[in-house]
Amino acid sequence: MSARDAILAAVRANRPRGEYPLPDLPDFPLDDGGDRVAHFQKSLEAMGGRCHSGGIDAAMRELFPDAKVIVSTVPEFRGNRDIAENTPPQALADVDVAVTRASFGVAETGSVLLMDQALICNAIAYLAQHLVILLDPAAIVPTLQDAYRRAEFHRHRYASFHTGPSATADIEGVLIHGAQGVRSLTVLLG
Amino acid sequence: MTEEPRRAADGLPALIHQELYTADDGGAKGPNGERLTHGEASSRPLQPPAREHQPRGAALHRRRPVDHDEAAQRFIDAPQHEKMHDERLWDLRQKRDRQMQAIPEWEDLRNLASAIKQHTLAHLGDYLEQFEAQAKANGVHVHWAQDGAEHNRIVHGILANHGAKRLIKSKSMLTEETGFRHYMAGVGIEVVETDLGERIQQLDDEAPSHIVVPAVHKLRGDVADVFARTLGTDPANDDVHYLAEQQREKTRPLILDADAGMTGANFAVAETGSFVVCTNEGNADLSANVPPLHIASIGLEKLIPRIADLGVFIRLLSRSALGSPITQYTSHFRGPRTGGEMHVVLVDNGRSARLGEPEFWQSLKCIRCGACMNTCPVYRRSGGLSYGATYSGPIGLILDPTFDRRRYSSLPFASTLNGSCTNVCPVKIDIHEQIFTWRKVLAESHDIGFGKQALMKAAGAILSHPRLYRAAVAAADGALKVLPGFAVANPLNTWTRGRDMPEPPRETFHQWYERTKGGKEQER
Ligand code: SF4
Repeated sequence: MSARDAILAAVRANRPRGEYPLPDLPDFPLDDGGDRVAHFQKSLEAMGGRCHSGGIDAAMRELFPDAKVIVSTVPEFRGNRDIAENTPPQALADVDVAVTRASFGVAETGSVLLMDQALICNAIAYLAQHLVILLDPAAIVPTLQDAYRRAEFHRHRYASFHTGPSATADIEGVLIHGAQGVRSLTVLLG
Repeated sequence: MTEEPRRAADGLPALIHQELYTADDGGAKGPNGERLTHGEASSRPLQPPAREHQPRGAALHRRRPVDHDEAAQRFIDAPQHEKMHDERLWDLRQKRDRQMQAIPEWEDLRNLASAIKQHTLAHLGDYLEQFEAQAKANGVHVHWAQDGAEHNRIVHGILANHGAKRLIKSKSMLTEETGFRHYMAGVGIEVVETDLGERIQQLDDEAPSHIVVPAVHKLRGDVADVFARTLGTDPANDDVHYLAEQQREKTRPLILDADAGMTGANFAVAETGSFVVCTNEGNADLSANVPPLHIASIGLEKLIPRIADLGVFIRLLSRSALGSPITQYTSHFRGPRTGGEMHVVLVDNGRSARLGEPEFWQSLKCIRCGACMNTCPVYRRSGGLSYGATYSGPIGLILDPTFDRRRYSSLPFASTLNGSCTNVCPVKIDIHEQIFTWRKVLAESHDIGFGKQALMKAAGAILSHPRLYRAAVAAADGALKVLPGFAVANPLNTWTRGRDMPEPPRETFHQWYERTKGGKEQER
């Protein structure tokens, strides 16, 4: 018998007795105080990210005046390093700032969903030193439950919630941004 | 400075160990200069006042049972380590409470999570088949491993087929179960852990001491020593920023050069054949997205039916684990990227057998959040390595004996049975009842030493009235900053004997039972 068949036979033979119906998932509304965007911003800041408004050009000049290598996956901004689906991740190791677009945000947690198509090469979201993410404020859903009702998770090969930058507090509980991935994460609303 | 003004100023409860307080630990700040406490960060800046040698974990002998008591005592004898450990984990527990209080539907979510897991486990064969079919349709290679050794062989085979020599890896408790790194070292494949805590433990040749914060038992000086010895950093510099940055700088080239990446999974979704990985550092996403080959090791119990169920589990996981609303990264893998290859290894390693044990199968609901460890007064004071096992703390007490009954026979006694673990568990596992049942099982099968057997006999009156005992533990306050009075003198608890216990007046179980009318009245 193959391992597969042996395992399936064992879990079926040992099936717990009793009825265990799959529950329906009720809706739990979010109390966002009437301002979902403000709630999103507050949640994001508590997770170490920041929100910015205004145009992308102005934001880039203000936040990253010294950035040398910039990759952009959005038409709104031109970077100085090309990226394509077949770009080897190693070629992105020296990127200072990456600019991309989220498909939606989540007010409850301050998360944004980044997907393979928008990232072009997934690794850019982790290899860059800093990440700037465009987000349409109308595309913020209230809670994670709402988020998981969306179609993205059924379609995309890779989709990741980013909530603030890469972080660790593994040593003595001291919080450090930029553990292995990006050192900062900025969401640009608009 | 007294404690009261500080408490009033930041609205947080008092520290257990006041002397650990420091004005600023240099941790990350928010846009308005406020202290950030997401992830595993502590709510207040802490730093132990003096440097101290790190106590090591339980000594491991081939066939002798692990002596938790002995190793725990050595941990307690290192007060800087013990106090910091106690404080940080109790802080995670309190952060969790604050998150819970902010979510009115918390109990509903716990009930849903439990019911979804029960349902999945009761129909596990069907969901595994559905997951496999969906994953294959997405272009994922699916493998099955009956035990740890088979898992290691399968992964080795995949790596050998690709001529892979270096594997970068993100934290996975399952690969700790299978002895993966040891096996890979034997076949000449270099494995590099990428999670900071896990990397510290790997470089120090120690097992992770906590399932979520693997190096929580270490202080900055210990890390400075390990890094100086293994990475060539400055031994005199124990600045936490310096240490973390050094690890980032030294690991990045290894990541860029790796032939393959490996992750575990927090959830596997039958509906879509996808799996979900939650991390704070982004190391799992680097491991998965930089090398051309991604292998994920997934225990059978990780299955859930639907994508929408993640709305329940992701809301609970990080809040329970760290008191943070979500991890920095929650990544959903449904298929290989263009030009890449993705493999999933579904691992049994004792899980299907446990499913058939009426008293213990619900332990398979566990989502490895570590909340039960953070709240456990015994774990907080003894350190994870004192358990000498893959899993420590309350969840370890009920998982480890299933792997090796004799070796871990003393572990179910490393508990006060206060029920706090059960109260915080996001999937409502009756942890302390299972611990209690394990004691009975081990006593009946003579797997415990003479001392503990005599003890179990002496405690026969309570043992024969499990209902009475349950009433007692159910009423003890779930939030146990220190041990409750009755636990200290309770004859069922070997752990507390002969130890200098904090404040509460010593009270026998029976006195306690009388006073609270069998637990019906609240603790005073
Ligand atoms: S037993 Fe419950 S509380 Fe403990 S790690 Fe598992 S899910 Fe978390």
